[in-house]
Amino acid sequence: MALFSKIFAKLRIGGASDSDWDELRSSLIESDLGAKLSDEIVSVARATKSESAESAIRKALEGALTTSSRDLKVVEDRTTTILVVGVNGTGKTTSVAKLMKDLKDRGNDVVVVAADTFRAAAIEQLQTWGARIGVPVVAGKFQGDPASVVFDGVKVARESKADYLIVDTAGRLHTKSNLMDELSKIKRVLDKSGGVDEVLLVVDATTGQNGINQAKSFTESVSVTGLILTKMDGSAKGGIALAIERETAIPIKFVGTGEGADDFGPFEPDSYISGLIGSE
Amino acid sequence: MFDSLSSKFASAFSSLRSRGRIKSSDVEEIVAEIRSALIESDVAQEVAKSFGDRIQELAIPELERINKSTNPSQGIFEIINAELTTVLGGQTRRIRMAKKGPTVVMLVGLQGAGKTSLAGKLAQYLKSQGNTPLLVASDLQRPNAVTQLQQVGASVGVPVFAPEPGNGVGDPVKVAQAGKKFAEDKLHNFVIVDTAGRLGVDAELMSQASRIRDAVKPDEILFVVDAMLGQDAVRTAQSFLEGVGFDGVVLTKLDGDARGGAALSIVTLTNRPIMFAATGEKTSDFDLFHPDRMASRILGMGDVATLAEQAKAALDPDLTKKFEEKFAAGDDFTLMDFLSQLQALKKMGSMSKMLGMLPGMNSGAMKKQLDNLDEGELVRTEAIIQSMTPAERHDVKILNGSRRARIAKGSGRAVSEVNNLVDRFTGAQKMMRQMRNGGGMPPGMPPVPGMAGMPKINKQLPPKKKSKSGNPAKRAAEQG
Repeated sequence: MALFSKIFAKLRIGGASDSDWDELRSSLIESDLGAKLSDEIVSVARATKSESAESAIRKALEGALTTSSRDLKVVEDRTTTILVVGVNGTGKTTSVAKLMKDLKDRGNDVVVVAADTFRAAAIEQLQTWGARIGVPVVAGKFQGDPASVVFDGVKVARESKADYLIVDTAGRLHTKSNLMDELSKIKRVLDKSGGVDEVLLVVDATTGQNGINQAKSFTESVSVTGLILTKMDGSAKGGIALAIERETAIPIKFVGTGEGADDFGPFEPDSYISGLIGSE
Repeated sequence: MFDSLSSKFASAFSSLRSRGRIKSSDVEEIVAEIRSALIESDVAQEVAKSFGDRIQELAIPELERINKSTNPSQGIFEIINAELTTVLGGQTRRIRMAKKGPTVVMLVGLQGAGKTSLAGKLAQYLKSQGNTPLLVASDLQRPNAVTQLQQVGASVGVPVFAPEPGNGVGDPVKVAQAGKKFAEDKLHNFVIVDTAGRLGVDAELMSQASRIRDAVKPDEILFVVDAMLGQDAVRTAQSFLEGVGFDGVVLTKLDGDARGGAALSIVTLTNRPIMFAATGEKTSDFDLFHPDRMASRILGMGDVATLAEQAKAALDPDLTKKFEEKFAAGDDFTLMDFLSQLQALKKMGSMSKMLGMLPGMNSGAMKKQLDNLDEGELVRTEAIIQSMTPAERHDVKILNGSRRARIAKGSGRAVSEVNNLVDRFTGAQKMMRQMRNGGGMPPGMPPVPGMAGMPKINKQLPPKKKSKSGNPAKRAAEQG
């Protein structure tokens, strides 16, 4: 963002005035950090002894990130199970496709379950991806019971001794208690058949402060272990992910940057922060 | 929807209410509170600022007049309400119809905004008004978007024009053009063109959207926006406005707890109205957007207009008439009436959604109670009443201990629940008698206050000793 570099240039020369810091705060809010975290970052940065305002802000933002591990958990002696959840339209199915490609490319046997039996053509969408990438997709009937499809998926994964099982679920607003209960049921099915190793919440980079409610509600029902931050190829900076990390300590694990199966990678704090403050 | 906004407005007002005379510094204070509430709700900072400035400009010269009135905070409230309605778009705008041939509506937006689902909802809405819409599958990008539209179309009984399989195959511009031609030939009066989701920064896809536009010359281009959108809304809306242009905004996913502030920014900065809102998973969860009603809702005045509309649509006119006649004739209100009212209520849809439209229901503690509202309560109440004999339903006074025990057993509920229902019903009955003696009630309105579906809410009502204000602002503040 041009605004940031303008401020940084100013701050380097002769110390910053209150209005400079206000401007900085505004820019952070514009990146969806929220007023609370933006205030916190600015006050930490102001108290930081640093050669430049840029490095002070950078340090403050780094300090807001969680120290938990960002690696995908791996279980050696059985199938590693990953549950993917989120509200409607954040890019769950596309993220599942990217994740399966990533894992397969690294030499793993992957099985995917299409447990989104609600949205029209969600099953077909995942099957299309599965065929492209070469990963078996276990699917049930449209509008069938998602938990029973998951049960079948677990069986298939176990029989074929797959390294990873990825479960794609229907998008649901976190305020719908019946749909959240359905999700808990899916998790219970997985728990009973060996356990869930990762519960990844897909968060859209364009999301505003509602993202915090999403993360809290999903954590309450299915104990989220990591975030996938999608649509980072647009003009949105995805500051909400940092706000979520700060609020819940759930680490961002992956980042999605496009519609192609390879537009995906592990979260890199440095480049994320550079994106937030618009420096190269 | 917009709930958090409304609870923050409510708390800002309660501080205003506590002052007798309003000084300009009080106005500045409330404006500052409103501004920060707006920013917390994802409203762009410049929009929040200009909204606050505008309130200040409007309110301060009026202070003298306002302070002469019996209720000064109401005066401020009215100014904010009016301005909020204006910001939200003023009048409800309906779809412009083509003078000749089919009316073409083109849907554009980011990925995941909900365009395809919305296409189905819009189609059903138009169809229910006697139109013959055609859906055109021009999203050939996302895997199986075409299949999704076909399934959506089938579920609402609207034909789908989909000559190309999608998944990267086919030219969306040609499909849109052929779709319009098809509609002309088959005499469909509406064409809804579903397009691929695209990012504002994607120049190539943006130019594709403008080529679709040029090919079908839409009467309305609708920009579909997720209510959860954050600060990027401003940039995205701007790039869509420049890249393809749009005439109106559709808000989706308004049934969550998103604050919807982005919508306010988009409307303010692009000068385009919000025309429709989607409020649920069902294809019927869709309606025209009413700025005045939404403003009332944000300010905690409730959305009584929508509630009345829904009540009218759901209530059986014969039943209502019978009830009114009975009422007028001086017959007592019995559990049978109570039951039929309950059943009518059930038809109106989710209780929490309905109650949420009542004044004051969306603030603070009330809102929490509403979220926890047990929809099953209605079913249980029904079961209890249905386990009574006709004589018991007619006169609850005959319900002695052993009758109550029998009813509890028959309905599978505890005796205390039966007692509870009887108590609440007796209260409602008393109220109905008072109403008859002391003046009318709106025809067809179910006896909500004594209703069994909301025991937890009843406990939360403010103590009766304080008379409830007839002024919505005051009332919202009292309950906030």
